[in-house]
Amino acid sequence: MCTMILERVAVSGAGKRPEGWFELSHASVTYDHPFHVRLEHALNIDFANEAAGPSGRLAVELEPDSARALAEAILQALERGEEAGV
Amino acid sequence: MHTYRTDMYEGMIAETIAVPGDGGELLSAYLARPLGAGPHPGVVLIHHLPGWDEWYREATRRFAYHGFVAICPNLYQREGHGTPEDVAAMVRGVGGIADDQVVADVAGAADYLRALPQLNGRVGVFGTCSGGRQAYLAACRTDAFDAVVDCWGGRVVMSEEELTEKQPVSPLDYTEDLTAPLLGLFGEEDRSPPPEQVKQHEEELKRHGKDYEFHMYAGAGHGFFYHDRGAYRVEQAMDGWGKLWDFLSRHLA
Repeated sequence: MCTMILERVAVSGAGKRPEGWFELSHASVTYDHPFHVRLEHALNIDFANEAAGPSGRLAVELEPDSARALAEAILQALERGEEAGV
Repeated sequence: MHTYRTDMYEGMIAETIAVPGDGGELLSAYLARPLGAGPHPGVVLIHHLPGWDEWYREATRRFAYHGFVAICPNLYQREGHGTPEDVAAMVRGVGGIADDQVVADVAGAADYLRALPQLNGRVGVFGTCSGGRQAYLAACRTDAFDAVVDCWGGRVVMSEEELTEKQPVSPLDYTEDLTAPLLGLFGEEDRSPPPEQVKQHEEELKRHGKDYEFHMYAGAGHGFFYHDRGAYRVEQAMDGWGKLWDFLSRHLA
């Protein structure tokens, strides 16, 4: 909680964990201390179902350049889909 | 610092207990203390962003080994139970916990310690990362503590834009109210807090004539005590622990 840089967004969709698929209610995007990767700060995304409590989440922790590349790839794929009319 | 000799008896108890926090709500807390009647000084540990985790349990036992009755309350309990990491992620995802709540929880833990028959009547507070900030805040906003240790607490200095409903006042603004002596340990390569903010904090302490000592370590960044992280710096960490034991023994014995 040292930077408290948080972007929280409501999302509609599903995520998959070893136990199976679960509905998502929101995603928390933070630039703060990660739990696992060996960085002081990372771009962390928690895809979560708030009603499921603390264990209802899918987590990724990304090095900043990887996070930018991912964000661009998402936008690129969406744009191509729209162009294709699908 | 506690010096162990091979002909000494040593024993401690460490267990989960319940302690009243904000509004009298019972919180789980990890309590570690040397066996025997004491009297011992007390310390409240305020866990860091990664939550009420294994490092903090180890640190709590470490304080007990050094002769303190140490307590570490689960400040994230209201968000539910799960692995410390999942609970901490949930807290991170809602913008942290409210400063008012933390201060009341931590003061509750100090009251609990003072009621124990093994206490010598003096209680300190220790925190790292967000816990360092909260330790400073609790020491400024209550009279519960006789010494405070802030290890690399980020956002003690907050801009107007950083203030939120949960964290509505920059801890720096409470400096005038600090009554306990303060030890601050920081890393020169830290970005939260950066050395410029530590300097700003120090200037405010000087301005109000507070009893403090700050140590800024070269070659260290954020979290240099954490032996389970890449940020660990053995020389700086061992020196920092030494300074911490010395500081607490002077103010809590």
